[in-house]
Amino acid sequence: MIDKNQQIIDSAIDQEYKYGFTTDIETTTFEPGLDEGVITKLSKLKKEPQWLLDWRLKAYESWKKMEEPTWAQVDYTPVDYQALSYYSAPKYKKNDSLDDVDPDIIDTYNKLGISLNEQKRLEGVAVDAVFDSVSVATTFKKELAKHGVIFCSFSEAVIDHPELVKKYLGSVIPRTDNYFAALNSAVFSDGSFVYIPKNVRCPMELSTYFRINAANTGQFERTLIIADEGSHVSYLEGCTAPMRDENQLHAACVELVAHKDATIKYSTIQNWYAGDKEGRGGIYNFVTKRGICAGDRAKISWTQVETGSAVTWKYPSVIMQGDDSVGEFYSVAVTKNKQQADTGTKMIHIGKNTKSTIISKGISAGEGQNTYRGGVKILKNADNARNFSQCDSILIGNKCGAHTFPYIDVKNPTAKMEHEATTSSIGEDQLFYCNQRGINLDDSVSMIVNGFCKEVFAELPMEFAVEAKQLIEVTLENSVG
Amino acid sequence: MIKIENLKASIEDKEILKGIDLEIPKGEIHVIMGRNGSGKSTLANVIAGNETYEVDSGLIAMNGNDITEMSIENRALQGLFLCFQYPVAIPGVSMAYFLRAALNAKNKHDGKEEMDAVKFLATAKKILSDLGLDDSFLKRSINDGFSGGEKKKSEILQLLMLNPQLAILDETDSGLDVDALRTVAKGVNEFKNDNNSVLIITHYQRLLEYIEPDVVHIMIDGKIVKSGDMKLVHEVEKNGYSWLMK
Ligand SMILES: Nc1ncnc2c1ncn2[C@@H]1O[C@H](COP(=O)(O)OP(=O)(O)OP(=O)(O)O)[C@@H](O)[C@H]1O
Ligand SMILES: [Mg+2]
Repeated sequence: MIDKNQQIIDSAIDQEYKYGFTTDIETTTFEPGLDEGVITKLSKLKKEPQWLLDWRLKAYESWKKMEEPTWAQVDYTPVDYQALSYYSAPKYKKNDSLDDVDPDIIDTYNKLGISLNEQKRLEGVAVDAVFDSVSVATTFKKELAKHGVIFCSFSEAVIDHPELVKKYLGSVIPRTDNYFAALNSAVFSDGSFVYIPKNVRCPMELSTYFRINAANTGQFERTLIIADEGSHVSYLEGCTAPMRDENQLHAACVELVAHKDATIKYSTIQNWYAGDKEGRGGIYNFVTKRGICAGDRAKISWTQVETGSAVTWKYPSVIMQGDDSVGEFYSVAVTKNKQQADTGTKMIHIGKNTKSTIISKGISAGEGQNTYRGGVKILKNADNARNFSQCDSILIGNKCGAHTFPYIDVKNPTAKMEHEATTSSIGEDQLFYCNQRGINLDDSVSMIVNGFCKEVFAELPMEFAVEAKQLIEVTLENSVG
Repeated sequence: MIKIENLKASIEDKEILKGIDLEIPKGEIHVIMGRNGSGKSTLANVIAGNETYEVDSGLIAMNGNDITEMSIENRALQGLFLCFQYPVAIPGVSMAYFLRAALNAKNKHDGKEEMDAVKFLATAKKILSDLGLDDSFLKRSINDGFSGGEKKKSEILQLLMLNPQLAILDETDSGLDVDALRTVAKGVNEFKNDNNSVLIITHYQRLLEYIEPDVVHIMIDGKIVKSGDMKLVHEVEKNGYSWLMK
């Protein structure tokens, strides 16, 4: 049994990554290297106002003085920041008509299952497509504008809505927050921008699809979502990249601001290239995501399904400043082969009666290492704050690992905290039970794992829940014998 | 239907089954009784293909085909069904989802169409009500937090839905109250016809008051030491197993 297990686990690794192709396309790409000159060139190319260039340069100054963090439970070859190119974009000019988008790019997205043609698009989902360093298309902009919703690339927002960008950029994640956030602040090239006006319920799902194509390029995008008082928005991001032997860096920042009575639901399906079975190549996914519930009764909910990347380092967090505000984090993280994930969340309770929920499901197969790192902080004035945390891990095979590091800091005696954690192996007895009913091994594994992840999938918008399930199925195919 | 010849099986180099011969023809109900630890559940598991156990020698054939080396799911698809003594919980997987997955696998194997949702629900609801279970049972996670009785009924529900050729009931009567026992027995009788077979593993004669066996076997220390009819059950019930050992 063990031998057969091993054999099949090993063969799982040959599971092909469907999105590993590259698109051959003419690009404008910066020479590798990073200094003030590169940042200035980037800013000029984007026709940015002086204040933003200054902001970037200050971030760069701080970054130079910072040390790359080493506390995460991940092990990787250090990134040579001077060997990376900080900008690569397809050669064409973006304008309002989708007809002008390069057919090769449209084709790339079609292959990824994302149609940029509004008629063919999933009912009720608007897409911002980010290709390497730039946004190449944003669908349904006009339709959304009718409701006052702004959904555009970050670069466009800088030009068209400078007052909003200036007010909110860096308001949740300060420039100097951490090493990767500082780097991102200095060199971010594009991303998505969303503004939902007061009392508007965004009429469709918004999504950004990130695609890394160019080799040897870092992707540094920046997303900013502002939900004004009483508004509601559900946003989803998806990510893929070609298979390449060298590691590629993706260091994004996502800032969310939910005002009084507003709700932001942010879902991620992260399927960056994970590297091959020897752990060669794959994306370094070093991301800072944070939201603030700025007003009373605001709510921010993060849901993530992380199956890709060679190394993931990511802690979507919520600052609950308003009274009665709510923070949620639902996560499924899968690691196989030599993938490593150190992910979790930070819930910071400032307002009274604030409530947070953390549900984390870690799945490790092959030699994958999966770490949950979660912090709950309850400040002095946060009367009656409540947190519920549940961190479950499941192991497939005996070469993988699961680790849980909960950090709890309570400064108010009225706080109520609940924490549950379990680690289990995918049971031979469970597999036997399913097999005995005629269900084959792969179907049994995906059924058991999907059951394990149920509470998280339930948080995803319908269409994406189906996608997430399929992704897990493909990822874990042949992972048990 | 099933034929077992000189079957020897072990776990961690400890021999548990020490040469079992057993044949259950189509249309018959057989019973195996025996002390705790004599190897009854092991036999059931080995027939079903559980790879925790090593088959050291012997043969298992179903409908004339050697299945000794066959995978667990293929045996199941050939029509073998095990009512587990201790069914395992699978959190987050609903009964309905599981049953449909099992039925679809079977139908696909048999070259039949998938059962549509309407028919599936109608069939399941009928069986549920016969078993005295609420429809909401379908929404619950398999065996997760089920009471002892519910677990056994869930196994019978699956038996009736999947309608196999050979059903092995491993102590399906244990831990049931009088009414539940009757319900379960009714379920088994409903399943039984001239074209299928049943192997009942039990410690008590009470289930056999409702289900009439054709042959009764006594298992001691990994061997079948005696076979007979209902009278054997009464003897064991009265005198225990010592008189059979030697
Ligand atoms: N998975 C296992 N690991 C170790 N030993 C086992 C295992 N399964 C069975 N055994 C051993 O094999 C022997 C037979 O067990 P088995 O469960 O087949 O008995 P049984 O006749 O079904 O008993 P009971 O009437 O108590 O259910 C016992 O000594 C038991 O401890
Ligand atoms: Mg037993």
